[in-house]
Amino acid sequence: MRWRTATLTGVREETPSARTLVFDVPDWPGHLAGQHVDVRLTADDGYTAQRSYSLAAATAFELTVERVPDGEVSPYLTEVIEPGDRVEIRGPVGGWFVWRPENKSPVLLVGGGSGIVPLMAMIRARRQAGSRAPFRLLYSLRDPLRRYYADELRQPDPGLDVAYLYTRAAPEGWARPPGRILLDDLAEGGWPADFEPDCYVCGPTGFVEAAADLLLALGHAPGRIRTERFGPT
Amino acid sequence: MTTEHLDGNALAGPLAEIFSVDVTAATGRCASCGLSGPVASLRVYGPAPGFVARCPGCDEVVLRLVRGPDAAWLDLRGAVSLRVALPE
Repeated sequence: MRWRTATLTGVREETPSARTLVFDVPDWPGHLAGQHVDVRLTADDGYTAQRSYSLAAATAFELTVERVPDGEVSPYLTEVIEPGDRVEIRGPVGGWFVWRPENKSPVLLVGGGSGIVPLMAMIRARRQAGSRAPFRLLYSLRDPLRRYYADELRQPDPGLDVAYLYTRAAPEGWARPPGRILLDDLAEGGWPADFEPDCYVCGPTGFVEAAADLLLALGHAPGRIRTERFGPT
Repeated sequence: MTTEHLDGNALAGPLAEIFSVDVTAATGRCASCGLSGPVASLRVYGPAPGFVARCPGCDEVVLRLVRGPDAAWLDLRGAVSLRVALPE
């Protein structure tokens, strides 16, 4: 697979520290929801840095990037790059952590922080395909200001249930006390194991291992739990 | 292992340089403990100086991948087999 040139055409602010970048990639072959791309930056002196980012949209080439302090790639993508600027990309890649619209099974999406991105691609692909597969999203995040896609997730989307799990600070009057994801969150907000849902868990490594262990404890089959871990970017 | 690891999904791009099928969705079998599972579920450390993918069951090395300036080195001695789904 070869590297291609992607040209930035638009930017949407998601949170104070994250934004969605819309790129034009000539002859983009399309992608499956959940796939990612590798992004490569080359400095004037020839030094290169490379990171993986999940594709956020169903059809368009969009990446949502969280700024990681002291990161090599994300500060450029969140603070410096402007429309008209170009980066190199390789993809789409990854055939495991994907959802296909022909799949009719119930789906549980469990996202931690920026792990929401590939899950949002699945939600968008479901909507675009007119799929009636029932979806539930459990979105764990530090506080309400960190919410990606806040307006879009607030819109009614029949067959999609969304629950927010705040870990540090919740909105006033929020019933669930702030804290990390627990068995009860997955028992209440997920599907019973005997519904045999496909579970997709994405986030930082610690979050993914904790959530996957809880799903196993609730009786979900290991083969139905797909995970993707995010590293520092 | 205390070092932060990723998983086999991170190998999709580097392996796509070598193979025309997606290897991360293939089912691999660990040569050490016999556990079978998708390459995507391996624990991956890297990328520098190379990727090291370990079995989530026994933590033994299943796959190593190093990209040099003009070649890639792929060490699969920790895998008994790879099952790659193909269209009929």
